[in-house]
Amino acid sequence: MNSVVCISHVPDTESRIKVSGDGRHIDEAGLKFIVSPYDEFALEEAIRLKEKNGGDVTVVTYGPERAAQALRECLARGATKALHIKGESADADALGIAKVLAAAIRSVPHDIVFFGKQGVGTDNGLVGPMTAELLGYPQVNVVTHLEVADGKLTASREIEGAEEVIEAPLPAVITAQKGLNEPRYASLKGIMAAKKIAIDTKSVADLGLDESNILNQRVVFVSLQLPPEKAGGRKIDASDPAAAAQEIIKFIREEAKAL
Amino acid sequence: MAGVLVFCEVKDGKIKKASREALSIGRKLAESAGGDLVAIANDKSVAEEAGRYGAKKLFAAGVTQYSTEAWTSAIKQACDEVKPVVLLFGGTSNGRDLAPRVAARLDAGVASDVDQLSWNDGKLRARRPVYSGKAFATVDVTGTPAIATTRPNAFPAEEAGGAAAEVADVNASMDSKAKLLETKAPEAGELTIAEADIIVSGGRGLKEAQNFSLIKDLAHAIGGAVGASRATVDAGWIDHQHQVGQTGRVVSPNLYIAAGISGAIQHLAGMSSSKHIIAINKDPEAPIFRVADLGVVGDLFTVLPALTEEVKKAKAHH
Repeated sequence: MNSVVCISHVPDTESRIKVSGDGRHIDEAGLKFIVSPYDEFALEEAIRLKEKNGGDVTVVTYGPERAAQALRECLARGATKALHIKGESADADALGIAKVLAAAIRSVPHDIVFFGKQGVGTDNGLVGPMTAELLGYPQVNVVTHLEVADGKLTASREIEGAEEVIEAPLPAVITAQKGLNEPRYASLKGIMAAKKIAIDTKSVADLGLDESNILNQRVVFVSLQLPPEKAGGRKIDASDPAAAAQEIIKFIREEAKAL
Repeated sequence: MAGVLVFCEVKDGKIKKASREALSIGRKLAESAGGDLVAIANDKSVAEEAGRYGAKKLFAAGVTQYSTEAWTSAIKQACDEVKPVVLLFGGTSNGRDLAPRVAARLDAGVASDVDQLSWNDGKLRARRPVYSGKAFATVDVTGTPAIATTRPNAFPAEEAGGAAAEVADVNASMDSKAKLLETKAPEAGELTIAEADIIVSGGRGLKEAQNFSLIKDLAHAIGGAVGASRATVDAGWIDHQHQVGQTGRVVSPNLYIAAGISGAIQHLAGMSSSKHIIAINKDPEAPIFRVADLGVVGDLFTVLPALTEEVKKAKAHH
């Protein structure tokens, strides 16, 4: 049972975002980057499959030099192989990224392909299903429970307040939701072992793709703005709860018009 | 035809709100482009409702049970027929599942979770929150069709008063490798935070799991959904689908009531675009007050029950 896990290297969720000089991207100076939180659930699930059934867990990322750190982190947690497609993915739209990843995935033996349900940051939630379509595989999106046996998978998919149970033959694409599992931390032994694994590196051209079809296509970034700082509104003291409740009701009725 | 095609989800015989919102902004975009609004739904029963929202034509896809692959084939076929310049999906679970799959089949670009859409020099310009609302990206979708998923509650659903849409059948392949085995229904009457107009959220200030009943009581009285901070979800007090914020759901309801939530940056990012915000917290310096329109400094254990009573009284008068 071989798995591929696609990894996105994103700014730490604690970060404050600043706009770069070109007005279109974030300023990466001083930002700490992490493995996108949903990708951690994807990786953990793949590692558990490997522990049960054997095989490889290959982590793949498309991104600049720094994205190798994310792969290193995944190797330390238990991935067995890593493939880094180098490129300025910040200028690629989701379909461009999916094209790169689909080509990369084809170059690696796999029975199942994992993504996080979205990259925390750009928050598109597009690349997993796009890659599934490009590969011609079935997809199950936003998965909270997964069983794999006998060449097929059964997955629970979260929808508005309910859950769907879906069966699909392998190979298939899964996008992981929080709740799928509890991701492990890297052990010291894992960190040491990971150092011995070489990260395979390729360019977009090595995959037989033309960057002109990947970068600044289909969706063009015009600008990035920060939201206006909110000054904070009126404050009231609630030492008399009944009086405070009256004030709140007045706000709900007159300003939110919700009663 | 410079038309706009909108994927419509139907529930209990009616077009879902997120789809009606997409139809409404779709109609405006079609009007400015000089084209028609066209809808695609599972069957023809909503032709009248789609017409009221301005759709001239309704494709009946005949996909009785949701299937990503069957829907992708149906929408591809509708696109081949009407050649829309814009294709919209309401940002529901199914809309988000389908839009990227269809986009890859059509080799087109997608702007997801957009809260503004307009024409700019013949291109579809979209604004979308990124970094969970810590920033906004403006993008031009240059492919054809230009695809977007609309953020629930960002566009008003407005009827345009048209006649019933003309119905056309789609005869696309219903083949699907993935098969739906069962749907586990939600608890009766429970609203979800994604589409709710009102959200009442609880945080660590509730002190323990059972005190979420205070949040649920108010949510129930006011007709809202129950939200939660990450800390309470991680502590196992409440299920993840209630989580608001960067690793939960980014929401923009009309009214957001936060009780016992101090306002970590990830939480603020997930709710600060709500139209009206009330925060209840005993710490007057809590960051949540920076985004609140009405800050209530006090004890949630006394304020929430009093507020729930007042809401019940106010509702009883109607």
